[in-house]
Amino acid sequence: MTEPAPQTPEAMAERLAGWLAGQLGSDPARVRVHGLRRLAGGASRETWAFDLEVAGGFEGAERRTLVLRRDPPGRAGEGDRGLEFRVVRAAHAAGVPVPRAHFACSDLGVLGTPFYVMDFVPGEALPRRLLRDERYAGAREKMTGQLAAIAARIHRVPTGGPELRGLAAPPPGVSPAEAELERVAQGVRAMAAEPHPALDLAERWLRARLPKRAQVTLVHGDFRVGNVLFDEGGARAMLDWELCKLGDPVEDLGWLCTRAWRFGNDERPAGGIGSREELLAGYKSAGGDSVDPAHLRFWEAMGSYKVALVFIQQSWVYLTGKVPSLELASLGRRTAEAEEELLRLMEESA
Amino acid sequence: MNDRPTAEELLRAVERFLEREVVPRLDGVPKFHARVAANVVAMVAREIETADAHEHGEWLRLGELLGSDEPCPEGREARRDALVERNRALVARIRAGDADAGTFRAELLAHLRRTVAEKLDVAKPPRER
Repeated sequence: MTEPAPQTPEAMAERLAGWLAGQLGSDPARVRVHGLRRLAGGASRETWAFDLEVAGGFEGAERRTLVLRRDPPGRAGEGDRGLEFRVVRAAHAAGVPVPRAHFACSDLGVLGTPFYVMDFVPGEALPRRLLRDERYAGAREKMTGQLAAIAARIHRVPTGGPELRGLAAPPPGVSPAEAELERVAQGVRAMAAEPHPALDLAERWLRARLPKRAQVTLVHGDFRVGNVLFDEGGARAMLDWELCKLGDPVEDLGWLCTRAWRFGNDERPAGGIGSREELLAGYKSAGGDSVDPAHLRFWEAMGSYKVALVFIQQSWVYLTGKVPSLELASLGRRTAEAEEELLRLMEESA
Repeated sequence: MNDRPTAEELLRAVERFLEREVVPRLDGVPKFHARVAANVVAMVAREIETADAHEHGEWLRLGELLGSDEPCPEGREARRDALVERNRALVARIRAGDADAGTFRAELLAHLRRTVAEKLDVAKPPRER
């Protein structure tokens, strides 16, 4: 790194404009970045929007709105942003609705952390609006089927090529479900500040129910309503690919059905908008495999176990002094929500 | 003994200040964080009100499950440490497979249901339960 990373949006915009000029092979004097602004959401990743102005045009437009995704300052290198960028491009090429990604930068000298730049897709991303607003009643009708079709497409993205090398995958001879259970169990053990008997009980219960079948495909890894951009017509784009990996495709469907992402609409298990049956039927009719409901239920329960880890991890980040955030501090107490759901699932299955 | 307002009453005053005076004057991320702050303050007030009853109850239920009638230690920290200790013993029983089936499992599930419901009573305001 030659100079310290810029701190103000103005300084960031200037650095970004210079770097983008290099990517476009343009004279830096002809490239401007306007209105760089942080978009809401994302405790673990920052999202910014800006208007790029290129004298002479970029892909035929003088001015266009783009989005920048980066690790928060001080937390660079927790994930491979370059790989995420290549996965988003591969998904786009395979017909998955995602914003087109244009440039990736791993040089920490530009903005202090790795980032990539993609198209801005207009739309709403707040699940509570989708679930409650009259405006989105039509979208709610369509979206279970749309999400099923998006999942089916993601799970057919070719992963054998060199550009997706390096994707996280289960160790040889270990099924994706077993690998994921192990990862979560280890995380809970390493990071929980106190014993959680409900989670130990859930771990044993899940271990006894590991799915036998082990297909391995590209998995989005955070497939839930909160990561979908939508408008009145339903789903527009799948966002937040930072947890993509090779795994069991049913994991994405189970995560969508996990209780935490229904925002209280428990009578509609699929993301608070649809039924499990609709989801599986839509998945199959979009070219996905036929999924055993018990297989889906396993990943749905795994989802709550993972949610428990997410809350434990976020409060751990606070408790170890890494990030002094009030929001992170408060999330530790939400672990009980996931424990409650796991206990309910265990009692239901007894 | 401290004078009134009590700790709970003071926290409720902070919560009200954040919700009525601060949140409406902010936008975006700071507004969200002010709302989180109000929720956290209210959570701490609920914890102060319920901690004695909840922790004694958990101690007694753990004692029944683990076959121990040791009295609950006095003092916040000693009680918390002792509860952590009993929960560790319970986790060891679970990992040994003692709770995979049978009456122990049923009793354990009932105990955990109660304990988790009480944690949620503190963590979440009634309107979100």
